[in-house]
This record gives sequence, structure tokens and C-alpha cells, in this order.
Amino acid sequence: MAIPISYSLRNLAVRKTTTVMTALGIAITVAVLLAVLALVNGLRTAFRASGHPLNVLVLRKGSDNEINSNFTRAAFQALKVKPGIARSSTGGPMASLEIVTAINLPSEANPDGVNITLRGISQPEGIEMRDQVKLAAGRWFQSGKREVVVGASTARRNPVAGLGKTLRFGRGTWLVVGIMDGGNSSANSEIFGDVNQISADFGRSEVVSSALVRATDPVAVHALVNDISDDRQLACTARTEREYYEAQTSSGAPVERVGIVVAIIMAVGSSFAAMNTMYAAVARRTKEIGTLRVLGFSRGGILASFFLESLFLAGLGGVLGCLLVLPLNGFETGIGNFATFSEIAFDFRISPAIMALGVGFSLLMGALGGFFPARAAAKKEILNALREA
Amino acid sequence: MGRFLPLILKNCWRNHRRTLLTVFSIGVSLCLLGVVMALYKAFYFAKPNDSQALRLITRNRVSLALPMPIFYGPKIAQIHGVREVMMSQWFGGTYKDARDPNNFFARLGVEQEKLFTVVGEMVIPEDQKNAFLHDRTGCILGKNLAQRLKLKVGDRITIVGDIFPLNLDMTIRGLLEMPQDDSVLYFHWKYLEESIPLARRSNISTFSILADSIDDSPRVAKAVDDMFHNSPFETKTESELQFNLSFLAFLGNVKVFLLSICGAVVFSILLVSANTMAMSVRERSREVGILKTIGFTTSQVLGVILGEAVLISEAGAVLGLLLAMLLCAGVSKAVPMFQGLKIQPVIVAVSLVLAAVIGVASSFVPALGAAKTPIIEAIRDSG
Repeated sequence: MAIPISYSLRNLAVRKTTTVMTALGIAITVAVLLAVLALVNGLRTAFRASGHPLNVLVLRKGSDNEINSNFTRAAFQALKVKPGIARSSTGGPMASLEIVTAINLPSEANPDGVNITLRGISQPEGIEMRDQVKLAAGRWFQSGKREVVVGASTARRNPVAGLGKTLRFGRGTWLVVGIMDGGNSSANSEIFGDVNQISADFGRSEVVSSALVRATDPVAVHALVNDISDDRQLACTARTEREYYEAQTSSGAPVERVGIVVAIIMAVGSSFAAMNTMYAAVARRTKEIGTLRVLGFSRGGILASFFLESLFLAGLGGVLGCLLVLPLNGFETGIGNFATFSEIAFDFRISPAIMALGVGFSLLMGALGGFFPARAAAKKEILNALREA
Repeated sequence: MGRFLPLILKNCWRNHRRTLLTVFSIGVSLCLLGVVMALYKAFYFAKPNDSQALRLITRNRVSLALPMPIFYGPKIAQIHGVREVMMSQWFGGTYKDARDPNNFFARLGVEQEKLFTVVGEMVIPEDQKNAFLHDRTGCILGKNLAQRLKLKVGDRITIVGDIFPLNLDMTIRGLLEMPQDDSVLYFHWKYLEESIPLARRSNISTFSILADSIDDSPRVAKAVDDMFHNSPFETKTESELQFNLSFLAFLGNVKVFLLSICGAVVFSILLVSANTMAMSVRERSREVGILKTIGFTTSQVLGVILGEAVLISEAGAVLGLLLAMLLCAGVSKAVPMFQGLKIQPVIVAVSLVLAAVIGVASSFVPALGAAKTPIIEAIRDSG
């Protein structure tokens, strides 16, 4: 017969202070892991939301990001007439010539300035192709004018780029005429303007960065990608916008790696602490263990009971850890993106999957810390156990 | 207090499994803390070597990705206190497989004749230096870097361009040594300049400035930035160390990240230690009663228990520091960027003091409780 689960639970309740302290130790470890995972998850969400499955990004052959791609206007003219490209509201091909560069704006966190992606796009194709981007305030920029629209989180983090403010970059000043809400996408931390104006200001009228085209349907996407990549005269590589952004999630890799190593080292410490607590529990209840054995509970039952107690203890820590890290959900932060040499803003995102992982991690600590004490409890001889004071 | 040391030691050892577990637990956490502090110190309190301290880097104020016109060079050279100005172009590009982090190192196109003055700490055999100076397609790179990439003098090396639409084909003419991380390859800027389209020429990503003295450098930095203020290409001039730090800032808020790890670790050690002391004091109330019966004062009992906690956490600190030293040695070997990462005396001191504070803080409440318990009650308690 198995020892009731309530026995293990009650034992934890009796030793409140010890239980809470041990669980808190585990909770902190879990919280560190969860915070890092939430950060990477948020980053991934931002990048994933940035790509539309029908959009195809075209870069110069050999280049794998927009900042160092040298895409020419001549190539754009040849590209526009490819079959399989959707039509825009004006009736022309849904294709946007884009220039991507970075400008430096002071933020509240960083008075020295952070780099923000500045993107020159074709009006209106460039906006029509980005379904997730909505105007939150003001209006869109007009082509041919020195006007820009700023991403919502850039406007928040960098007050100098608010609606109606003027920015100084390139060869003069630019008026912020609108704020755009990019949903979860990276447009939230970018600034959009007219491709012709911006490329002229940066002395790159002929050689810009990339082109974005919209395919008519999912089948056409692949045909278009292959068509462009195989065109030797064009000398460009095409990939879906979604693929391109997913590859950029690697910006979070250093933080992720360091964070996981830290969490593992802390977990070793927490396991030792859990072991300590469980050994103390076994020592205190030696007599009780003897009594249980006399009553007919098996060694296996006692092993299971103590092991379970350790799992409960750690699981409590895991849940506490989730609670500790929950306020971080939605917290906005920024990380440098080496593909654009500028900052991408995103929110920490704690998903149920991540929390489950955290609780699983805590149970692992509990299992490591609980096994040996439970085995020690099971091994006790009845007579010796009863005789002990 | 010293005469109680044997008693404290005996108390520590009576439940040696618990003591060992606690020491390990604290040790592992303090090891982590030590490494994080070492990183923090390496990042934010690094001391430049003599030559590094004199160097300033000028870049486009907006972003490193944007260039400046090369005619800025002679203008900067006229500023009082500037000994030398060297153009330095970040080439980017990829060497072999970019996914292997070992293949990532700086490739800088420089004015070769000024290089050895501006980067004065560089050591290179005279014949290799001359061979490099006389070969337009020659390059030199760090000795450790060359070892990592299994390259030697005379080998050919190709860097595939991304920012620039060309591939650099070069011959390795020499290996250089310097005190800082040597993951860098220098080649002739002229080679690059003559290979790119006309429209992109006459631009440069950074200027390396050698100042006359350390006292001059802040003034020089300001003078450079003032000179180009309100021009289409404004500049930002900072010391080389600050310039390197700006790359770190790119990874996110590293300072907050490191400090939160420190905070979490310290708090968890506090919990572990407090838990252990609470458990061991609780088991010993009867003994405390006896100690008091034979004449120990409340403060003496308190001292004995606090001493035990401090001793245990100090043992953890020593273990942790030893582990941290091993870890740092491993990291500095494996990651070139962290070359020379080590646990300095100041980190040892901080860790030891911290361990003592944690010992006292974690045991004070249970110790006070035990010491204040009236004798009769303590003895009656069967533990």
C-alpha cells in the first residue's frame, strides 16, 4: 500500500520556514531561467510577426542582410516586371524599393543615443505590403517631402522622435508627421520615410538596400523566389520575408547562452540546498519512518513518499518562480540587431510553454535533491529507527 | 572569542553532510558571482595599457555603419595635441564559414605606414613588418588568431566582402603580438580603395587618433567633434576602450543583466545559508541551555552560533573562488574576447567580505532566538 500523498504535503506544511526558504531558492533559479527564455521568446515573436508569408525580400547576391546589400535601381526596374507579382492599389506592381540605414537618437535609458533603423520605402506599395503596420497617430509621409513616420515603441523610448518633432539627420531636418503601430513587428522600432528623399540625403541614390515584392499567392511565392535567384543577369538572392526575419533571432543568442549557463549553475546550488532540507526532514522523522515500517508500509513506499515530498517542494519553488517573473511579461526592452546595426525593441513574453519548462526545471532540481535523502530514509532498519531519540 | 574556535569548529563538523552540502551550495553560487564580477570588472573598469590610453577613435556620430569623408583626416591632424591620425576602414565580410564564431575577427584596412606608430604596443619582427609594408596585397594578423585559424606567414587568405562588393585576396606577411585580444587582421587601405566603385571612394569608417598625452585626450576628442559639428557628417570621438564598450551596449543592457544575476545569486545564497543555520540551531536548543547553565553569556552563545555561520559561508567562498578561478582560466582560453579574464584580489576581497556578511545576516535571527531562550525552557525542549 502506498503512503498517502497528503502525508508528504502535510510534512511540508509543518516545516513552513524551511519549506518556504528552500522553495524560494529554487524559485529564484527558475526565475532567472524564465526571464532569459521570455526575452528570447519576445525577440522571436517580434521577428516572426515582421514577415508576411507572401512577401519576398530581394538582396544583392551574396549578401544576407539589408544593411550591407547594395541593390541597384537598375535591378529594381528589371525585377518589377517579373511574373507572379501582385498589383498595388495604384495598379502597378506591388514592389517597394527600400533603403535601410541607421540613425542615432538619444533615449531615456541611453542619453548617448541608440541606433534606430531608418527605412526608406516606396509610397504606397511599401506601406500596403506591411499589413500589420497601422497608423496610430498623424498621417503617412508624402513622397518627395522630408517627412517621416516613427514606430510606436521608438517614439516612446526616444521622446525626441515624438509626433510633430523635427529630427536632424542626413542633409537636414525631417518632420515627424505620424506614429505607426506595427503590432508585434519590428516596424515598431523603425522609422519610415520616402526612399528617394532618404537615399539622396545619404548619397546613395543609385545603390540602395533591397526590394520587397508581394507574390500573388503561396504557389507564386516559390516560383518568384526561384525565378529571381536563378536570374544571372539580376545577380540577386530572394527569400521570403519571414525566413529573413527568423534568421535574425540570433541577435538574442549571446544573452540566451549566458542565461542558460547561469541558470544551470544556480540549479546545482539549489539542488544541494533541496538535498540539505530533505536530509534534515529524514533525520527529524527517523522515528516516524520506523513506525511507518512497523505499520506495514514498504521501503519502496517510503522512498516514493520522500521523493514525492521533494518534488512538491521544488514544484512549489517552480510555481513561485513563475509568479516572480510574471511582472516582467510585456516589459519593453531593446537589443542590438547586428543585421541592421540598430536596436530592435520588443516585449518580454512569458508563454505557458515557458512556464511549463520552468516548473519542469524545478522538478528536475527536486528530483536531483530528493533522491539520495529518500533512499537514505528507505534504507533505515526498523529497530534502529525506532530506537533513535 | 578566539578560545571558542575549537567549539565552533566542532559544531560545524557535527553534521558534516549538511555542512558539506551547504558549503557546496554556497560555493557554486559564489563561483558564479565571482565570474560575473570578473566580467563586470573587465568590461567597465578595464585599465588601458599605456599606448591604448593615448588612442581615440572618431566615427560618424550617427552610426558606425555610416562613413565619413577622408578629408577629415588632415583636418584632425592639425588639432593641437594630435600626434598622428590613421584612417581605418572596417571591412566586415566573412572568412570561410561565418557560423563558426572562431572565424569572426576584425578586418581593418589601414594606412600601413602609420599603423606601427598609432598601435605602438604592437610587436612584430622587423623583416615581417617590411614585407607587409611593401606588399599592397599583404596583411598581418594576431599570432593567437593565426594559431586558431591554423595560418602561418606566407599563406593566402580570402575574405568575402559583404559591405563592400569585392573579395580581398591577400598574403599573410607577418604575425603580430599585443597585450590585448589580438583577433584582428590589418591590410592596406589603398588595396580596398582602388578596388571599389568610384562612387564609394574617399570614405572611411573610423579615424584612429594618437594623442600627445593622456591629459590631452579629452580636449582633443572635444576639439574633433566641435570641428565637424553641424556638418552633414558629424563625428563622435571617444577613447578606444569606450569605443569597444559601445559594441557591448549593443547586446542589450549588459550592465543590468549582470547586476541582476549578481542580485539573484546573493539572495539565493542568503536563503541557503539561513535555512541551514535555522535547521542546525533548532536542533540544538537543549545544548544552548546547557552552555548557558555552565556560564556562557547570551552574547557568547550568540557569538558561537554566528561564528559557525560565518565559518561555513567563508568555506563556501573559498571553494567558490577556487572554482571561479578555474572557470575564468577556461573561459579566457576558449573565448578570445575574454583573454586575460581572471579573479583579481579585489574580487577575492569582496567575495570574502560578502560571505561574512551573509553568514551574520543569515544566522542572526535564529541565533538571537536561541541565545535569548531562558535556560529552563531550552533544557526542557527535547529538540
